[in-house]
Amino acid sequence: MVLVLALGDLHVPHRAPDLPAKFKSMLVPGKIQHIICTGNLCIKEVHDYLKTLCPDLHIARGEYDEETKYPETKTLTIGQFKLGLCHGHQVIPWGDLDSLAMLQRQLDVDILVTGHTHQFTAYKHEGGVVINPGSATGAYSSITYDVNPSFVLMDIDGLRVVVYVYELIDGEVKVDKIDFKKTSSNQSTQ
Amino acid sequence: MPATFCLDLGSVYIKSKEAPAKDVLKDLVEMCRGIQNPVRGLFLRSYLSQVSKDKLPDIGSEYEGDADTVSDAVEFVLQNFTEMNKLWVRMQHQGPSREKEKREKERSELRDLVGKNLHVLSQIEGVDLDMYKDVVLPRVLEQVVNCKDELAQFYLMDCIIQVFPDEYHLQTLDVLLGAYPQLQPSVDIKTVLSQLMERLSNYAASSAEVLPEFLQVEAFSKLSNAIGKVIEAQPDMATAGVVTLYSSLLTFTLHVHPDRLDYADQVLGACVKNLSGKGKIEDKKATKQIVALLSAPLEKYNDIMTALKLSNYPRVMEFLDIPTNKVMATVIIQSIMKNATRISTSDKVEALFELIKGLIKDSDATPNDELDEDDFKEEQNSVARLIQMLYNEDPEEMFKIIETVRKHILTGGPKRLPFTVPPLMFSSLKLVRQLQGQGQEENPFGDDSATSPKKIFQLLNQTIETLSGVLAPELALQLCLQCAEAANDCELEPVAYEFFTQAYILYEEEISDSRAQVTAIHLIIGTLQRMHVFGVENRDTLTHKATGYSAKLLKKPDQCRAVYACSHLFWVDDHDNMKDGERVLLCLKRALRIANAAQQMANAARGNTGSVMLFIEILNKYLYFFEKGNPQVTVAAIQGLIELIMNEMQSDTATSDPSADAFLATTMRYIQFQKQKGGTVGEKYEPIKV
Repeated sequence: MVLVLALGDLHVPHRAPDLPAKFKSMLVPGKIQHIICTGNLCIKEVHDYLKTLCPDLHIARGEYDEETKYPETKTLTIGQFKLGLCHGHQVIPWGDLDSLAMLQRQLDVDILVTGHTHQFTAYKHEGGVVINPGSATGAYSSITYDVNPSFVLMDIDGLRVVVYVYELIDGEVKVDKIDFKKTSSNQSTQ
Repeated sequence: MPATFCLDLGSVYIKSKEAPAKDVLKDLVEMCRGIQNPVRGLFLRSYLSQVSKDKLPDIGSEYEGDADTVSDAVEFVLQNFTEMNKLWVRMQHQGPSREKEKREKERSELRDLVGKNLHVLSQIEGVDLDMYKDVVLPRVLEQVVNCKDELAQFYLMDCIIQVFPDEYHLQTLDVLLGAYPQLQPSVDIKTVLSQLMERLSNYAASSAEVLPEFLQVEAFSKLSNAIGKVIEAQPDMATAGVVTLYSSLLTFTLHVHPDRLDYADQVLGACVKNLSGKGKIEDKKATKQIVALLSAPLEKYNDIMTALKLSNYPRVMEFLDIPTNKVMATVIIQSIMKNATRISTSDKVEALFELIKGLIKDSDATPNDELDEDDFKEEQNSVARLIQMLYNEDPEEMFKIIETVRKHILTGGPKRLPFTVPPLMFSSLKLVRQLQGQGQEENPFGDDSATSPKKIFQLLNQTIETLSGVLAPELALQLCLQCAEAANDCELEPVAYEFFTQAYILYEEEISDSRAQVTAIHLIIGTLQRMHVFGVENRDTLTHKATGYSAKLLKKPDQCRAVYACSHLFWVDDHDNMKDGERVLLCLKRALRIANAAQQMANAARGNTGSVMLFIEILNKYLYFFEKGNPQVTVAAIQGLIELIMNEMQSDTATSDPSADAFLATTMRYIQFQKQKGGTVGEKYEPIKV
């Protein structure tokens, strides 16, 4: 069982002062094995905070990030799964599933994690899963109205991944989960 | 016979009860008087104190009798104390004056011997408040004042406070405070006073039941007056000392009279009066004390707004030099963040920003490049976070808040604006959205003075302008696009067009870094793709420009990608009249030409044709529009492209690229999958051969 935290679009301090207190109390160091972050932190303090939660931190560059050296895309393997990470402002139209699927094919990954729209989504399609963890602070977005703070925790176990989404709605943390299974461990054919 | 032997004898005698304890004690005290050497005398009397301790005729003690009472016990100890103090003081004057310091050190080491007597007094059961008031305190004070010795006075005044119960001090406050002016001028009276107030503060904090006592003895006014007198009597007192006194008094006031803001304000006012005329305080010790003084109400009330009700609070802050103002400002901001204090009116915002002005702008006095860059960033980021806490549900008030904040941050200069403008902007956009939600459409005959999205956009326009001259053109461009999108949602076509124009000008004139250009183009295309408010002409102009910029990016792969991204500008899903299949194809073909050119360049420059990655990307775009039903994207076109790719990959000059191979594989797999879906999709994909 490997726990992967996926979050992003915090936009601290431009659009939000900090992570919601209820999230902060849930995110305890030492429980999570990997963090993948879709970008737009935007400042070093947030980077340092995430680093204290888990040293294996992967970040893709968002357009407001102070740090210019984060990569535009990143791929990594966790267990049986290949994961891809990208902020998403580069994929046009923004939030369009088919265009995101194209990126997924290009990176050749089972799970693609992107952000930018601040809207939590989790789609399954032929190529795999596309996840958007939303905005961990509920930051303003020109694309999505009424953003609730949200983040995603993935539990990777063999060929199965359970995606837990945590949303802060009216002051309460609500959890939902979605199951995905890979059909085989080797999906590159031809 | 050694004197200690006599004392032991005496002690045994008392125990035997053959004579009244008081008589024996009296004799022993007399005997000690015979020893004139101060140090020996001190030790001897200390020993006397020791052995007699448990044989004093206290109430309930076995030695109490008709002849022996508590008064006798008290008298005995008081006498011993008096004599010991005299001996102790005498030590000061023995020996050459050049050894003064050495003697003071010696005396310091012996002070507990003297103080012990007071401790013994406090342990006597029979010494109740009345006896303390009538006998003990007056006698002790008499000795302390009359000995006229600085060391003794300082130590003993403190000793009295530490050793006797706090309620006694409350009830004898007049007497105690009355002694202070009688002490030697060189005594550090402020420390003694501060310690007294601290003890009383803790006493007040320990239980609510004792608070009425404080009111009854009018502790606050007595202490205030005492402090006033002390400061008057010592005009050379260091500023740090003065502030410490007021700080202790303020802490006392906050504990004892938490609801009397006027008392707290009084204390601050007295402090202000004392500090006035001194200009900005730069002494580190003093500024540290002022920060402590100002932090106390913050910690007590957990609400900067309550602290601001103290009219003298800002006045005290005026005395701080800029570095210390910043320290205090940071303390205030941290308090607001920690307590999630909502600052909800423009007046409060105005007052707050006045207070923290050290963070907001440069002062005339300090050069602005003396601060470490990381520290500066942290400072400004905390101001940015603060701006998020300024909010009122009422749009009119919120707009006033925004105007107030804007007024202040514009004084911050070019280095601060990139930090402070974005949060202000997003607060404003949130307000726009709120007005949208309340159904405030643009009414051409409406009341012009009411807050409206249009008004807000005007403000934002002017604000973003300040950024563009200022080393933050990319940020300015991003903010313009945000505003454009918000204006789009409000159906304000001219406003949206204006923001786009600004963004384009920024792109053309100020963004020259290649990587920054690529990001900017993506944002322009992405935003434009979502705009529905533009009429045909405006849209065409903007689209034409965007594709132009895309084709002129420096690196061919970037050009290619930007151009095929532009294809989406001609095809918007939920708007049938924005689906121009021909122009989509034109874009894709243009992208192909660029990809070809890239191949040729690579061949010429490096002898191999480089990767086919771009072709595969374009193929995927073909498939995208094919599925969407663009009639111009035909099976033949797709087939042709697939063949092209295959040829390129198998050619001699091809470079192997595993990621391109993988992409092609996943693409082919996708086509297979779509074929197998059946239905209309399956039919569509059927003719494609892989």
